[in-house]
Amino acid sequence: MCADEPTAAVASRGSGFHALAERELPRLYRLARRLVGDEAEDAVQDALLKGYRAYASLDDEVAAPAWLTAILVNCCRDRGRAKGRRVEETELEDADEFSLYRKIAAEDPFPYSDSLHLDFLHQFGREDVRAVLAELPELYRLPLVLCYCEGYRVKEIAYLLEVPLGTMLARLHRGRKLFERTLWDYAERYGLLKENARR
Amino acid sequence: MITCAEAVRQLWEYLDGVVDETDREAIEHHLSFCRRCCGELDFAEELRRFLAQPDEPDLPADVKARLLTTLTELEGPA
Repeated sequence: MCADEPTAAVASRGSGFHALAERELPRLYRLARRLVGDEAEDAVQDALLKGYRAYASLDDEVAAPAWLTAILVNCCRDRGRAKGRRVEETELEDADEFSLYRKIAAEDPFPYSDSLHLDFLHQFGREDVRAVLAELPELYRLPLVLCYCEGYRVKEIAYLLEVPLGTMLARLHRGRKLFERTLWDYAERYGLLKENARR
Repeated sequence: MITCAEAVRQLWEYLDGVVDETDREAIEHHLSFCRRCCGELDFAEELRRFLAQPDEPDLPADVKARLLTTLTELEGPA
């Protein structure tokens, strides 16, 4: 709060932001859980602080939820950067051509199954899916989560992450391939490729 | 005409609705006769549903209380 800011202006900003943030908290927290896991509460705290400071510059109330989401996504990215999780895009070229569909068909882990591919997916519990996503580099996890877990459109994600649309499409492509490959690696590592592993 | 590799490479973009009209028609033409790529398409749809399933708990009451306290503190004394 600025020392010479009129009290009425501060109160108005506070109540407007409070109402917005309180309304959006469940959604913001869920998104933060998916992006930074156990650091979700801290990331939302960061976003509230930054959002409060910038709220006076927000022109369009209708855009407020998206605006606050963008702030949260940036706070989550900052946390990833601070931990040095960033990877270069060129490191993952070998994932580009991976097809989980073909891998499952070729390896045939459940020979007696008449729905092989579905049975593969059914081996994964909620914790497993979360763990697989957590293994992905942030560069690819963020677009993937925003697009397929949270339902954002590709253009919106490009805006949120401040990259050109073409770059975002390429990252989503690699993210999907990497997700497929990590699902397979995870299944191998944790013994999910055995008949009735989870039944 | 596109190959299986070209069709498969674009299946998710096709499902996301971000391929252009020409590519969409080429993919749909390919899918009209290629059973294996139809299998890839079905699996891609399953994977999308798999990713979209809600898997995070609701905002816990104690976390909500702490975040609301943060909000109140930001506003300063009444």
